[in-house]
Amino acid sequence: MAYGGYEANGGSGRRHRAIKILLAGGFGVGKTTLVGAVSEIRPLRTEEPLTESGRTVDSTIGVERKTTTTVAMDFGRITLREDLVLYLFGTPGQERFWFMWDELALGALGAVVLADTRRLADCFPAIDYFERREIPFIIALNVFEGAREYSLEDVRTALDLDPNVPIIMCDARSRESAKEVLITLIEHVLYVADSPVAR
Amino acid sequence: MPSNNERWLDAEAGPVVRPYALTRGRTRPVGEAFDLVATVIATNARIADPGGLGPEHMSVLQFARTPTTVVDIASDVELPLGVVRILLADLREIGLVMIEAPVPMKARQIDRNTLREVLHGLRGL
Repeated sequence: MAYGGYEANGGSGRRHRAIKILLAGGFGVGKTTLVGAVSEIRPLRTEEPLTESGRTVDSTIGVERKTTTTVAMDFGRITLREDLVLYLFGTPGQERFWFMWDELALGALGAVVLADTRRLADCFPAIDYFERREIPFIIALNVFEGAREYSLEDVRTALDLDPNVPIIMCDARSRESAKEVLITLIEHVLYVADSPVAR
Repeated sequence: MPSNNERWLDAEAGPVVRPYALTRGRTRPVGEAFDLVATVIATNARIADPGGLGPEHMSVLQFARTPTTVVDIASDVELPLGVVRILLADLREIGLVMIEAPVPMKARQIDRNTLREVLHGLRGL
């Protein structure tokens, strides 16, 4: 899939701008649903040799192990202008996929942590991860039918969130709601970009 | 010619060839690392000996005829990202593609106007 209007002529054409946004959260929380609600969704397969993560226990230096781990994931594209495209990456939730997180987080503008109030603890690893790497993030509570309603402040307390981190409710199936989630994130990034560097 | 055996070889069955066989066992790309959303541009250069290139290199090249990103190519060619990175690095090595780093878009590097453009674009979706 190519983009139009691009001129590969070494600088006189405007450079293509690709913005990477991460979507994190526990298994089954609706990441793919949200990506699909607001963007053109595309499949992506990664197949990583386990030599990377198994390095500490693997002493057979120079011998590539045959084992690979497969992660099927999706990403979404939102073409805002010919030269400005948002890429949404749903990060695989389980910790054994940390290697993918590092790849995806590199150069990311910001992140959405999608949470389910019935399983709030599932998003702790994601929150920790983004806090440590100083990637701006917001919390979007995907409101499932049958889930008890909590106030946003209850959730903030339960997640021990910084008061500046926005929390919003959303319906991952709804295009308007998914748009609102992204707008909230970009507004937060603007806020972070304008605030003085901590420390 | 279709035969009964072929019905098992669909996408659900997984790859028929182990992915890193396509890269002759190599698991790391050559040269400088590049981002998932780096721009790939085919140079249309002619090379003397394309013998070292496999059909997978050719299909990757095909998708890069108009500028696109690493991750879009991986999705288009339906090969794992790690494999596509290696194939792209090979193509870059012999001058068939250029891989251009993305404009920095981290929160503290991005210019405000781009962010406002994004907001405007999202609101208009």
